[in-house]
Amino acid sequence: MGLLSDPNRRKALTGLLTRLNTPICIVCYLAGIVWFMGLAFEPFTLRTYMSENAMGSTMVEERFSSGERALSLAKEFDAHKRKAGGMPVEWLVKAMQSRGLEVFTQSFSRKLPFPDENKERYMVRGTNVYGILRAPRAPRTEALVITAPCSPGNTNNQAVALLLALAQYFRNQIYWAKDIIFLVNEHDLIGTQAWLEGYHHTNITEYISGSLRGRAGSIQAALSLELSSDVITSLDLVLEGLNGQLPNLDLANLFYAFCQKLGVLCTIQGKLQRNDWDTAEGYTHAAQTMMLMVLKQACGRSWGDHGLFLRYHIEAASVRGINSFRHYKTDATTIGRLLEGMVRKLNNLLERLHQSYFFYLLPSLSRFVSIGYYMPAFGLLAVILLLRALDLWVHLGAPALAAVDGVTEAEQPSSPGVLTVLTPVVISHLTGVALYLLPVHLQEMAVEHFPVSETEAVVLTAIAIYTAGLALPHNTQRLLSGEGTEQGWKVLKLTALLYLAVLLGCTALINFSLGFILAVTLVPITASITPALYAVVMVLLSPAFTILYCVFIYQELIEAPVSVSEGWMLFLSVISQGILDHALYGSLVYPLLALFIYPCWLMFWNILFWN
Amino acid sequence: CEIKQLSDCLIRLLLDRRDGTRTSEALTPAAAARDEFQEELVIRPLHSGDIYASFQFRTLWDTDFLQEGQKVSHYRLFPKSLGQVLSKFSVRELHISFTQGFWRTMQWGQPFIPSPPGAELWVWFHDTVSDVDGNWKELTNVLSGIFCASLNFIDLTNTVQPSASFKPLGLGNATDHRFLRYATLPREIVCTENLTPWKKLLPCGSKAGLAVLLKSEKLFHSSFHSQAVHIRPVCQDEQCTSKAWELRQTLNVVFDLYTAGQGKKEWSLFKMFSRTLTEACPLATSSKVYVDITDNPELFELSPATPLLSQAVVLGDRRTYSVYDLSRAETFGQLRSLNLLLRWKGDGEMLRPLLHAERYVAGFGLQTGEIHTVIYNNHPYRAFPVLLMDSVPWYLQLYIHTLTVTSKSRDNKPSYIHYQPAKDRHRPHLLEMLIQLPPHSMTEVTVQFERALLKWTEYTPDPNHGFYVGSSVVSALVPSMVAMNTNFTQDQPLFSSFVPVKEESSYFVRVYTEPLLVNLPTPDFSMPYNVICLTCTVVAVGYGSFYNLLTRTFQVDEPSLPLAKRLANLIRRIRGVPLLT
Repeated sequence: MGLLSDPNRRKALTGLLTRLNTPICIVCYLAGIVWFMGLAFEPFTLRTYMSENAMGSTMVEERFSSGERALSLAKEFDAHKRKAGGMPVEWLVKAMQSRGLEVFTQSFSRKLPFPDENKERYMVRGTNVYGILRAPRAPRTEALVITAPCSPGNTNNQAVALLLALAQYFRNQIYWAKDIIFLVNEHDLIGTQAWLEGYHHTNITEYISGSLRGRAGSIQAALSLELSSDVITSLDLVLEGLNGQLPNLDLANLFYAFCQKLGVLCTIQGKLQRNDWDTAEGYTHAAQTMMLMVLKQACGRSWGDHGLFLRYHIEAASVRGINSFRHYKTDATTIGRLLEGMVRKLNNLLERLHQSYFFYLLPSLSRFVSIGYYMPAFGLLAVILLLRALDLWVHLGAPALAAVDGVTEAEQPSSPGVLTVLTPVVISHLTGVALYLLPVHLQEMAVEHFPVSETEAVVLTAIAIYTAGLALPHNTQRLLSGEGTEQGWKVLKLTALLYLAVLLGCTALINFSLGFILAVTLVPITASITPALYAVVMVLLSPAFTILYCVFIYQELIEAPVSVSEGWMLFLSVISQGILDHALYGSLVYPLLALFIYPCWLMFWNILFWN
Repeated sequence: CEIKQLSDCLIRLLLDRRDGTRTSEALTPAAAARDEFQEELVIRPLHSGDIYASFQFRTLWDTDFLQEGQKVSHYRLFPKSLGQVLSKFSVRELHISFTQGFWRTMQWGQPFIPSPPGAELWVWFHDTVSDVDGNWKELTNVLSGIFCASLNFIDLTNTVQPSASFKPLGLGNATDHRFLRYATLPREIVCTENLTPWKKLLPCGSKAGLAVLLKSEKLFHSSFHSQAVHIRPVCQDEQCTSKAWELRQTLNVVFDLYTAGQGKKEWSLFKMFSRTLTEACPLATSSKVYVDITDNPELFELSPATPLLSQAVVLGDRRTYSVYDLSRAETFGQLRSLNLLLRWKGDGEMLRPLLHAERYVAGFGLQTGEIHTVIYNNHPYRAFPVLLMDSVPWYLQLYIHTLTVTSKSRDNKPSYIHYQPAKDRHRPHLLEMLIQLPPHSMTEVTVQFERALLKWTEYTPDPNHGFYVGSSVVSALVPSMVAMNTNFTQDQPLFSSFVPVKEESSYFVRVYTEPLLVNLPTPDFSMPYNVICLTCTVVAVGYGSFYNLLTRTFQVDEPSLPLAKRLANLIRRIRGVPLLT
């Protein structure tokens, strides 16, 4: 820092930084991207290991043997589900009671802000059934949760049946130290959300739900089970939760350890692990797995029932059974044993899971990238914004010094400063507020005047406001001070650059993937913007187009490429899902984009039309 | 704490060696004061299919340790270790319980003597004691040694003086709660090392009588285990002219239908305790086994049958019991052993307890939270008042202005509130309220709190486990369905006579809620070195120099001229010509 307090050296340093600004920025950008892509290269990653002592060293012997019984139970459950035309509440209550659990139900209802066309629901009414296995000689202070969603149609019957079979087996064991809650929730995430809010007696998303009668203290961990076939070829672990939150890495380690022990094929992001890291295919495979995780995390939605638990500081993961054409099959008994083993180890926990990482990326189940390794990739991108800001700052300061020499008056450039910057900032943010509020509130009016459904109305209103934001009178400074000056847009750009740096920095701290993806598209355009830039380039790198690209990349990565029109439809549904996720579960991606990122981008857009 | 317990146990062993003379003393005929010993086992089949066994051992001794000038040194049935403690610390009444598990009121009904999970200790000191806190401190340490428990963790931060909830159960009308101390340790784990010293207090040890059933491998293979010691002064006779000391040792255990009974609704003494009864304790004046057969014969059958029946009014309900008197030889039959067998025949409707309470923490995040206590009055038409007592550790900072009491979605104003705010690191919150429960209602008491940030040395070794808040206590006089027996001194089963009944129409019930486990904001202790290094670097390098840069004003130094020029300037100044630069 002596470097900075010496004015001569400071001058030399800033001189160097301004002279080489563009090359440094380009190098930083490329280095950031390369660093990120290098994260998936196996020699650069760490092998996962169990940090939690209570789960690592203790021996557990799995004895669950009633897989066959679970499958026949699944048929029975299916029959009752068909008869009831939904969740067979009475049957479930009886089934749990006969297995010696304390059974409670919770009814809930929620009117969605607009119909969900993906899942075809609007007015949601349902019931959660849960049974509590009281641990012997435990004072009801700690609990574990196992959930299985009761889904419409043929799906997840086996999950509910396996849950009941496990309940029966667990009930006869003496070694439980924590109560175990077996939850069968209706309407997947909505049911889970209603139950969690009921359990914690909070109301953050305007659910109308009955109060819960039975509780079991603070929940330590949760497992969600999704299983739709009698045999499976592999088990997929889903970790990404609401707002990009992840459970403690030890939970993933636990799952991996038991898959290894019982010889079950396990995948993450639906991708098997490969051993040939030194070949191009091996690397691409790992990179694809990691990219999928980044995309899923960035979108901030809960990718399974487990995702909603994370808000309550409950470590949770979903285990999903996958049945493909591979001939190596795993039966229900083995899955039961796997769950038994996991629950027993969780039961051994003395403290909440806290030893291992909460921020990580997984290129495969046995390798992880910790926050210390991936943060530099983002840092390299973010530093570009600061470098450009520094450059502008120096340039803005320099003419003022030159003016002292006497040719032009020094007062002129700084006088319109505050107003010229403030007006675009306010207008952009008002547009952001409109984008956040209007789509949902104007849907009725839109449906009246246009031949569209409510969902389409919401999405199209959002797109319309987004587009209208581009057409707003952005050259307000002309009204205020006549001709737009070069000084003016530079001040605006400086403000916007610093604003964007702070925004992306905060986002990356909470949800690295979201911050990184936004940085990749926003940084180059915002760093290089001048009034002379083509508007098309600016639009092509706007937040909305970023979402569109993500949709295509995601489809490519899950090996289900789509045509342009299909991609467009997916894009529309992604927007509606984003708005719904915000209203139903409190996901923060939509408000972040609408209230902050989009207005910030609009400020840069403003510069295009400065002259 | 393990080491502490171990050393306590060692001390206890040494004490025992010295105490070993007790049995030989018992043989000498010169016992001045009368003493007697009774033992009793009650077995109650529960509707859930579980089975509840409650042991009570009572030693009565017509003497007074606390009388001035009278030094009691001759002990027969009464354990000397306890007697000495009572006289040394001037204890008027002592209640201590160790419980592993939570009594499930909704499935099991009311227990004969309730107790909260963990350890509970409450003591009334004699009103001649001047330094109550000092006595209390020493007493807890001594008891910790006697029972091999971590009672030494009781200190001022978890001790309260309830003003109304804990009245003396024995003789004497002490109302000055300065002489009362109450503390719970919700985290205390109860196991065999606590059972062994408890059994040693019995006159027959575990050698004869009902105590042979107390085998730890079975007692701790259960849903609920609770052992307690209650000492209090009682009347010697109906006239109540002189005082006697009563020591009650109780042990309650609930065996689980699924884990201990293999799912079959069939119980026997052998299946429960892996022992049968062969004799009474020779020192006991009465030794009986009661089996609750009120629901017989519809629900279960009992063998061997006994002609002896007894009726007692327990907890507001008239119950019928089969009595097996162990002091009579015919009880044991030809096999010379008694193995009671109960076989269920059908399912019964569950009896709903009239009073029930539960508690939980609402909210999420590590900053604030809300404690909800829910009290149910299941009586169809009678309202009755309950006393709610809450003792909350100081690190949950209660916002008492957010206290709300609602029944039937209407505000229910407590008629009496006693609140003692906490002092950080010195004493806990104490909240006592008298609340009227409307008939057939649910009353919810909520209070918000903020979680304190502890000093780093104040965290327990396992801070991420969370911190415990003891059970809240609901005490009530519940309207009784049948007339209660107010004649306290009359001969009746021990389990029905613990709490004195003052009026015929209601009975006393105490309900404990579950303890709470609350997470406090916890720093990441796993990498202190990294944290210290990082923080120091940031502070030293970043903050220091930036602060320096921002506050300092910079001025460009005039470069100093070379010596030759300075000399030239000196000459020029003298000559009056312009200087060189």
